[in-house]
Amino acid sequence: MVLEPRVIYLDHAATTLTRSEVVEAMLPYFHDRFGNPSSIYRIARESRKVVESARESVARALGAEPGEIYFTSGGTESDNWAIKGVAIANRKKGDHIITSSIEHHAVLYPARYLEKQGFSVTFLPVDSTGLVDPGTLEDAITEKTTLISIMTANNEIGTIEPVREIGKIARDHGITFHTDAVQAVGHIPVSVKDDTIDLLSLSAHKFNGPKGVGVLYIRKGTRIDPLLHGGAQERNRRAGTENLAGIIGLSTALEIAMQSLFREMERQKKLRDRLIAGLLSSVPHSRLNGHPEKRLPGNVNISFEYVEGESILLSLDAHGICASTGSACTSGSLEPSHVLLAIGLPHEVAHGSLRLTLGEENTDEEIDTVLGIVPGIIERLRAMSPLYPGKEKECHV
Amino acid sequence: MYSEKVMDHFANPRNVGEIENPDGVGEVGNPVCGDIMRMYLKIEDNRIVDAKFKTFGCGAAIASSSMATELVKGKTLEEAWEISNQAVAEALEGLPPIKMHCSVLAEEAIHKAINDYRVRQGLSPWGEKTPHYHEGGEECELPEEPQGTAGDGALQR
Ligand SMILES: Cc1ncc(COP(=O)(O)O)c(C=O)c1O
Ligand code: FES
Repeated sequence: MVLEPRVIYLDHAATTLTRSEVVEAMLPYFHDRFGNPSSIYRIARESRKVVESARESVARALGAEPGEIYFTSGGTESDNWAIKGVAIANRKKGDHIITSSIEHHAVLYPARYLEKQGFSVTFLPVDSTGLVDPGTLEDAITEKTTLISIMTANNEIGTIEPVREIGKIARDHGITFHTDAVQAVGHIPVSVKDDTIDLLSLSAHKFNGPKGVGVLYIRKGTRIDPLLHGGAQERNRRAGTENLAGIIGLSTALEIAMQSLFREMERQKKLRDRLIAGLLSSVPHSRLNGHPEKRLPGNVNISFEYVEGESILLSLDAHGICASTGSACTSGSLEPSHVLLAIGLPHEVAHGSLRLTLGEENTDEEIDTVLGIVPGIIERLRAMSPLYPGKEKECHV
Repeated sequence: MYSEKVMDHFANPRNVGEIENPDGVGEVGNPVCGDIMRMYLKIEDNRIVDAKFKTFGCGAAIASSSMATELVKGKTLEEAWEISNQAVAEALEGLPPIKMHCSVLAEEAIHKAINDYRVRQGLSPWGEKTPHYHEGGEECELPEEPQGTAGDGALQR
């Protein structure tokens, strides 16, 4: 891997580096084998062939049929397509959609857009660990409900949702079920057959593939309108010349991720749990956000009271550590993360959140380094904070 | 995104802490918005002889507090009153537009601390001009309880 040696990259939920094997696999498709898969001469036929074998490979990884895999420009497009495409195609049948309050904006904002177009949307609450309650979800179903969209795993707090149960409820009621699996695919087992998923979004850059390419899985027989109208690509459902190299990169990255899935899960879980335990024990007034067990193997999200997230990130950056926060101060908006608010954190505690997300290149030594650095940073910032009662005055609640 | 000056004042903030028996204290901001600044002043013969701060907030808020305490030290109260948020930002070699409100906080903290002194002296407070405004002009107030929908504009990854 080619990161500067000094940098400790702990923001894999934001994006991952593109593996060199993946870049290698992509390169020929820029220069030598650049043919448009829709053309008829030999180099074009070759492009067609590799796109179709990439499709087969992705289908295998998800437990799907190749004809159910549609390449897109990434997670955002896949989510938009699923939400708007299903809502519009089924409008005569009903105009009600159910989703959760902790979805990525790529699901939430299309849902809000549909509200403006006259649809009604239920944004389900979550419990303090970020879980959607299947019972509450079932109660929200009406005869007008045409779509349920619940993410497989949350990008901020790592909570893994009960997708199998939700898929079964949706199936029982004859409602289409979409899941945003952008943070899950390539990191935990996902099977569209076992979990009765009708639509699933994934994005290559979250599993060491390139940015700007993704997939929407669409179960055969699902009623959905196109999002992009134009050429006849992707069996007339998604117009636009295929991102040839990107598609090769996506399938190659997914194949490699699937080969070491369980080994890497176990390895990251150990690092994750060491990081969580170490931070909680060395920093008073800290709390874990998300679920203690139903959690992505690479996700750590901790709130440090009395400090603000952006100043934690800047301090970490000075040590070459890349991380992220749910504080509003990094985004320029007034509100801290909607996910942290939805799990019930007070605003000022949400402001002090730190997300560290692990990837393949992270090592035990790096975890030690982080554990050595973070407590000092928090202490320094707390010493500056007018909210901090001081060490001696700490009250443990 | 931050200038070297901002990073310097963030990494090595000047005048962090409290003043025992201060002559004036000003606290502005709101932890709900992610920022609180408290400024302590020591005043002798109408001149600020020492200033310290404590701040909960982003890098720009901490750097602005640090710079503001540097700027007020040695000034008369009238001179200190005239220090604008732009002056603080300029002294920091600029702030990103979305961070200008953090420098407004510094200006307000100076005003609050000076007026606290004036009131303690039995003098009438000077007129404070700017309440705490955020980017886009919204006054900072307690947001409503979290609802089932997302906050606007936050960049998500
Ligand atoms: C859960 C989730 N959904 C959707 C997206 C959007 O994916 P993309 O960046 O490929 O558009 C992301 C990441 O950015 C994500 O974490
Ligand atoms: S304190 Fe929140 S942006 Fe500066």
